[in-house]
Amino acid sequence: MDIKTLTFIVVGLTFALYIGIAIWARAGSTNDFYVAGGGVPPVANGMATAADWMSAASFISMAGLISILGYDGSVYLMGWTGGYVLLALCLAPYLRKFGKFTVPDFIGDRYYSQTARTVAVICAILVSFTYIAGQMRGVGVVFSRFLEVDITAGVLIGMAMVYFYTLLGGMKGITYTQVAQYCVLAFAYTVPAVFITMQMTGHILPQTGFGATLADGSGQYLLERLDGLSTELGFAAYTEGTKSGLDVFAITMALMVGTAGLPHVIIRFFTVPKVSDARRSGGWALVFIAVVYTTAPAIASITKVNILNTINGPEQQGVLYEDAPSWITNWERTGLIRWDDKNDDGRMFFSNDERNEMHVDADIIVLASPEIANLPNWVVALIAAGGVAAALSTSAGLLLVISSSVSHDLLKRTLMPDISDRQELLYARIAAGVAVLIGAYFGINPPGFVAQVVAFAFGLAAASFFPAIILGIFHKRMNSSGAIAGMIVGVVFTLSYIIYFRFINPAADNAEHWWFGISPEGIGTVGMLLNFIVAITVLKFTKDAPKEIQELVESIRYPKGSGAATGH
Amino acid sequence: MAFESEDHAKAYWKENLSLMIKLLIVWFTVSFGFGIILVDLLNQITFFGFKLGFWFAQQGAIYTFIVLIFIYIRQMNKLDKKYKVDEE
Repeated sequence: MDIKTLTFIVVGLTFALYIGIAIWARAGSTNDFYVAGGGVPPVANGMATAADWMSAASFISMAGLISILGYDGSVYLMGWTGGYVLLALCLAPYLRKFGKFTVPDFIGDRYYSQTARTVAVICAILVSFTYIAGQMRGVGVVFSRFLEVDITAGVLIGMAMVYFYTLLGGMKGITYTQVAQYCVLAFAYTVPAVFITMQMTGHILPQTGFGATLADGSGQYLLERLDGLSTELGFAAYTEGTKSGLDVFAITMALMVGTAGLPHVIIRFFTVPKVSDARRSGGWALVFIAVVYTTAPAIASITKVNILNTINGPEQQGVLYEDAPSWITNWERTGLIRWDDKNDDGRMFFSNDERNEMHVDADIIVLASPEIANLPNWVVALIAAGGVAAALSTSAGLLLVISSSVSHDLLKRTLMPDISDRQELLYARIAAGVAVLIGAYFGINPPGFVAQVVAFAFGLAAASFFPAIILGIFHKRMNSSGAIAGMIVGVVFTLSYIIYFRFINPAADNAEHWWFGISPEGIGTVGMLLNFIVAITVLKFTKDAPKEIQELVESIRYPKGSGAATGH
Repeated sequence: MAFESEDHAKAYWKENLSLMIKLLIVWFTVSFGFGIILVDLLNQITFFGFKLGFWFAQQGAIYTFIVLIFIYIRQMNKLDKKYKVDEE
């Protein structure tokens, strides 16, 4: 069977599975809708969190980015996993004990202030929307390449799917669908990786394979070969990197802390029955994420060697275009690979200096890896299903955060406190519908800066939510003035730095002009520090939090007496 | 008050914080320490075909993170029982 038919079958089967699960797990109450009735076992919740967390961007682009950046790409690996240590140790158990639905709920109640709640709602909606736009783009790319429909049709099919099961199942439906989606995406990610590792080094495990010697009889280590090839071709040595140490530090910190501050991640820990389960969920989530994240650097380095060898030939003299393997012409049609025969010798050449004739987009490293390694067609179909699963699971989770932010935090807790449970649920579904339409719009007409905005969402979460939540738990005298001042200074500083360098004066966006050489991706770390400093300084000059709030904080510090999460 | 006494509440919190801080020191050391600050130094050492600093940045730190969380889960469950604040 050809790739297209196989892809239709595999993607169609997974769709049927997701819809079946959504019908089985229908939501009856707001409690079901927002937090799955608080009844999800920790291993399942960990798996759902992992699927929610790993977006189309991690599935499709991360290995490609690492492949281009080499050692510098480690910021994503450490940053997007290390945040779970912070979550499990410093946030999840306490927020679960606090027992509310959303992050703005915690900020509003802990800091006894509508202003604080409103600031938090705005941040949550902003972060979630920038994210979802990026997800829809991912769905579009996957559909257009593998199903050969145009991007608009791909996005519309994807959005209809997501809306259907979010609307029907709420958090419960989403959680169990995400468990299935995790299985699909992890399988789709690791199977091709195992194949290409075996071809290249004879190892079965990608995690050890990319450190092994090459199977071509040269006895050379794979990474040594890659370092050699890279420097010969004018790239930086793969295992060394080019970013300054301080910048790598700042970006990693911003991604870690941002992960721990993202509302759609935090909300997952409200869905488990007990405080001890919230801790365990964090552990399991990281286990499931690590399966993909430790495989990614192997795919990155092995496929890089594969690509350089295929395009430049074993002697690094270039390969005749007529002899090019079919994946090059396949991907040329999507525009993700381009060849411009500058010296008219009919040979392709890929390097980072004046000899270069190729443009190879980072996004194809994962999507094309099975074709590059000559794997059977069903593996290619699997990758498509995995990419779709990653995009759908993350959009569904984000959609739920947006709908709960609007119906619960904005309407029920701020504007219309008198609405009933049923009306609140109705508004939640309407909000999800509006969010899906806006998401679809951005998927079809993506703003050019989506990928960047997604990365910056971490900086904003790091500079706003994280310090407010940490201080709320570990500094019981912290008051509303301190927290609000801290959040505002953190967000305004981070946002201004990013907007200045990326949108107002992009010409100055380089290490020479950055403060202390910290790039806009890493500036959230500075914003977070400012937030802490401002909050603690303001507290020195204002009254401590009232006694009943301090008692509330003491009561969230131990597990006993945790009920189900409630909104009231 | 879920604790038997004010002292118990303080002692529980103190033990919790000290465990958390110890684990966070390891968290910082393997990622920011070995993977970033000391990376050039550790890269002099070869570890199963990897330069050691590079390995920590792309593999080792992630494995350590998982171990840290599971140590925390175990120790906290014990601590909850010791002070009788676990959930039934």
